[in-house]
Amino acid sequence: MKRVYINEKWCLGCRLCEYYCAFAEKRHEYNNMALALKDTLISPRIRVEEYGDITFAVNCRRCEEPLCVKSCITGALTADGIDKDRCVSCCTCILACPFGAVSLVDNVIKRCDLCNGEPLCVKACPNNALVFEDRRCV
Amino acid sequence: MKYVIIGNSAAGIGAVEGIRKIDKQGEIVIITSESHHTYSRPLISYLLQGKTTRTKMRYRPDSFYKDNNCKLLHDTVTKIHANEKRVVLQSKDSVNYDKLLVATGSSAFNPPLFESVSNKHNFITLDDACGLADSLTSESRVLIVGAGLIGLKCAEGILSRVKTVTVADIAERILSAILDESSSEIVQSHLESKGIEFKLACALTPNELSNYDIIVVAAGVRPNIALLEGIADIDKGIIVNTKSETSAKGIYAAGDCTQSVDVSTGESKIMALLPNAYMQGETAGINMAGGNATTEETIPMNAVGLCGLHIITAGNYTGEVSNVGNNRFYCNDTQLNGYILIGDIKQAGVYTNLIRKKRALSDKQEVLKYESKIV
Repeated sequence: MKRVYINEKWCLGCRLCEYYCAFAEKRHEYNNMALALKDTLISPRIRVEEYGDITFAVNCRRCEEPLCVKSCITGALTADGIDKDRCVSCCTCILACPFGAVSLVDNVIKRCDLCNGEPLCVKACPNNALVFEDRRCV
Repeated sequence: MKYVIIGNSAAGIGAVEGIRKIDKQGEIVIITSESHHTYSRPLISYLLQGKTTRTKMRYRPDSFYKDNNCKLLHDTVTKIHANEKRVVLQSKDSVNYDKLLVATGSSAFNPPLFESVSNKHNFITLDDACGLADSLTSESRVLIVGAGLIGLKCAEGILSRVKTVTVADIAERILSAILDESSSEIVQSHLESKGIEFKLACALTPNELSNYDIIVVAAGVRPNIALLEGIADIDKGIIVNTKSETSAKGIYAAGDCTQSVDVSTGESKIMALLPNAYMQGETAGINMAGGNATTEETIPMNAVGLCGLHIITAGNYTGEVSNVGNNRFYCNDTQLNGYILIGDIKQAGVYTNLIRKKRALSDKQEVLKYESKIV
């Protein structure tokens, strides 16, 4: 299965991925990122972490044994996505995800959905630090 | 191969999914005393609150049993004949097995004081919740006995439907099993501001009970261990190893009826939490089917929302405590032992992982630096 991989050597820490992730959620309403994000505080599902000189983006790792899914008390969270209708925002997934890649925004649980197979964060990365690849079946 | 699973909640369902990862053919029989499709027990408070429905609170889709080719028996197991590999049902039928999982959960503990009380309820099962809901009116004065997770979730669930909700506990503070003193205070004043009354450090008398129309007894739970008495090793709960094996050959156990090692302290204890139940069940299932799985790194951990306030906790509260806002971190020199996050719960799992993996910190300040950087 393809997922977003990060090569921290190439990450510039520019955070464009964060903005494009936020835009991705509104891309059906707006065709322009500036309009979509104007005056909003973004809550991206990918985020750039910094440690000294090192910067790298962190998002859902598509774990083979996903603790968020196994921990979900409702059954609403599966490997494929979130059934928002059944989720009660108990945040057990946030308790469980070792990468901090699940978040609560306006009382709704969010996790990377890979933009239906064309992750905007990867497209937006100016230095190819983010790639969308399948490295598991090698 | 024939698998019998006693229990239809998280651990039992985990076992079905575990078995089917390895064995697509074997016969699976699930036996449950309840008359429902598998549902999520923690959601009963959300049901009373109107935040979920009987349909939405199903833990797995309607087609689950069919999809996984398993048979659901609504009956109660009364005895296990381990030598004959057979369980006896209340209906007098019996079911043979090759591999057995005991996932019987726990039951409400009802202190003797409440034995003769007529208007009392427990709050563990869907039937409990429906029974309670039927008896509530907008004039009800409700007393909840027990300021633990079950009692407080119940209080939240019924708050808008009744006249008053009072929560009483012998303990001096609320949620004493999962919070430290200062965190208890914060959560208590939040709940008081939403209209819940507390009577803490309080030994109830029969006289006092008459001031209330409805009593909910949420004074703790006891693991359902009776079926394995004399068959497998039992302490407080059924003792299992990381493979979810009991001391009896071919018999596995998972979930709230079990006792296992908390890696954050090394103690063997009951950690009755839904994620643990599912993972132990899945592990049992894989091993029952001849695979090889373990549930490592089990620790106490809780995520709970109470009247709009999110709380996440994990590990144990030993070592030196440091605050970042309302969030508290317990560290010794090289390790994070436990944490309590109140309100600001972002990236909690990063900390959970540090505890589960016993990750060495170069400096305990690392955790605080990380926390204060999260936006």
